[in-house]
Amino acid sequence: MDLSYVRRRWTNRAMAVLTFLCTVVVLAPLFFILFFLARTGLSALNLDFFTHLPGPAGEPGGGMANAIVGTLVLVGLAALLGVPVGVLGGMFLAEFPGSRLGHAVRLFADVMNGMPSIVMGLFAYTLLVLPLRHFSALAGGVALGVMLIPTVMRTTEEIVRLVPQSLREASLALGIPQWKTLLWIVLPAAAAGIVTGVMVGLARIAGETAPLLFTAFGNRFWNWDLLQPIAALPLQIFAYAISPFDDWHRQAWAGALVLVAIVLAINVAARYFAGRQARLR
Amino acid sequence: MPAALIDHAAGIETQDLHAWFDRLHVLRGITLRAAPRRVTAIIGPSGCGKSTFLRCLNRMHELVLGSRSSGRVLLDSQDIYAPAVDPVLIRRRVGMVFQKPNPFPTMSIYDNVAAGLRLAGERDRRRLDETVERSLRAAALWDEVKDRLAKSGTSLSGGQQQRLCIARALAVSPEVLLMDEPASALDPSATLKIEELARELAAQITIVIVTHNMQEAARVSDFTGFFLSGEMVEYGATDQIFTRPRDRRTEDYITGRFG
Repeated sequence: MDLSYVRRRWTNRAMAVLTFLCTVVVLAPLFFILFFLARTGLSALNLDFFTHLPGPAGEPGGGMANAIVGTLVLVGLAALLGVPVGVLGGMFLAEFPGSRLGHAVRLFADVMNGMPSIVMGLFAYTLLVLPLRHFSALAGGVALGVMLIPTVMRTTEEIVRLVPQSLREASLALGIPQWKTLLWIVLPAAAAGIVTGVMVGLARIAGETAPLLFTAFGNRFWNWDLLQPIAALPLQIFAYAISPFDDWHRQAWAGALVLVAIVLAINVAARYFAGRQARLR
Repeated sequence: MPAALIDHAAGIETQDLHAWFDRLHVLRGITLRAAPRRVTAIIGPSGCGKSTFLRCLNRMHELVLGSRSSGRVLLDSQDIYAPAVDPVLIRRRVGMVFQKPNPFPTMSIYDNVAAGLRLAGERDRRRLDETVERSLRAAALWDEVKDRLAKSGTSLSGGQQQRLCIARALAVSPEVLLMDEPASALDPSATLKIEELARELAAQITIVIVTHNMQEAARVSDFTGFFLSGEMVEYGATDQIFTRPRDRRTEDYITGRFG
């Protein structure tokens, strides 16, 4: 048999094994984390965890109800800020690709995407916490919302660009002005894809801890005032994990499990919408 | 016959119309008059500028980045390129049907037809219903879709989709309808339907149709212009163009010697 043929076959096999090993290396930590979380976290999960406030230091029992709700409030606030700005900005980038402003905005969005998240926290701290003189849910929401903007903006841009030009022309040729064409023809055609982008962005910020450290700050009690500090799952996990109490350690695991479940749920929803966008085209 | 559309008598004409894409000079001085309530066909080989010509007639050409045009386009003797003219209003008077059927994918059949009026601010449900039915009848689609108006426009066959697009264009009662190779993506029987439709619609409105299919031009049009490399070689009554062309190049083209 030809020598080069034999060599090619062995190279092929070696590469196949190598790529398989790489996949395992990538996936192994994920499964380790999930396994560990489930094993340690599940034992501390009970109804109290979802319905009770944290107990006094060192005493077993209590839950993270306020932190779970707090995280949802913070993510909601972030969406209120990040989604409109991101979606409209993304549409601008897609519809006016040549504009000088567009180039600048795109560059800044990419820079912001790579910005360390604690810097976002500093930004919200300077913008809201210093002038208002106390930590607040609002400041946390703004920090997360600003992080959300570039993700939503760039995905919106990509999706809106995929809307066929023929659709815009069909609308413009009917004598529909450009802004109405964008809002009522292009946007609905891109909606499922944009929702996917928003979901992925939300899943990402839901687990952020650093930007909340000196904005939302955390709270051991219920708080419905957006200008007061609010609890958040990542902050609570952090606080419990570095505490000296075994019961709090277990609760931190449970909190991490709940957080991962929330992020996973958002991602699954995102995949559902992504599928719908694909069918539309 | 289609149910009564608003009867318009507007013709459309161009005077020394030039058009460019960046530095590419695609139309070189076209002077042509499309008579009211007639079908005018533009024929010519690929790249001769016939689609660009059509898109100059409703100011769609200027939407392409780097495009430019000069000369005059008169709609009912009003220059549509005059500075004070709003292109949006011109496009309501000069409708367009494209090569590939392009119904709005997120909308139902009904909403597709109603879109032009709705987005122009019409809210009266009864008037919308009337217009949708009238337009679908005029586009010879009513009988096929009247029981499933709420279904998606993209659920229809290609030929039906194209007639839906025609109905959508008719719903804003244009004075001129531009058709850019409207049957080139369709099978022969659907093609025939579109051609019949163009003939019928010409009882009420002015039609300019671009086609690279000469039989189609011969079947549907009253007048024909032959374009070559951005210029109009010959223009005349359709049967004259096809039976006694005056220019040698026209004859070569229609007898299939090139193009």
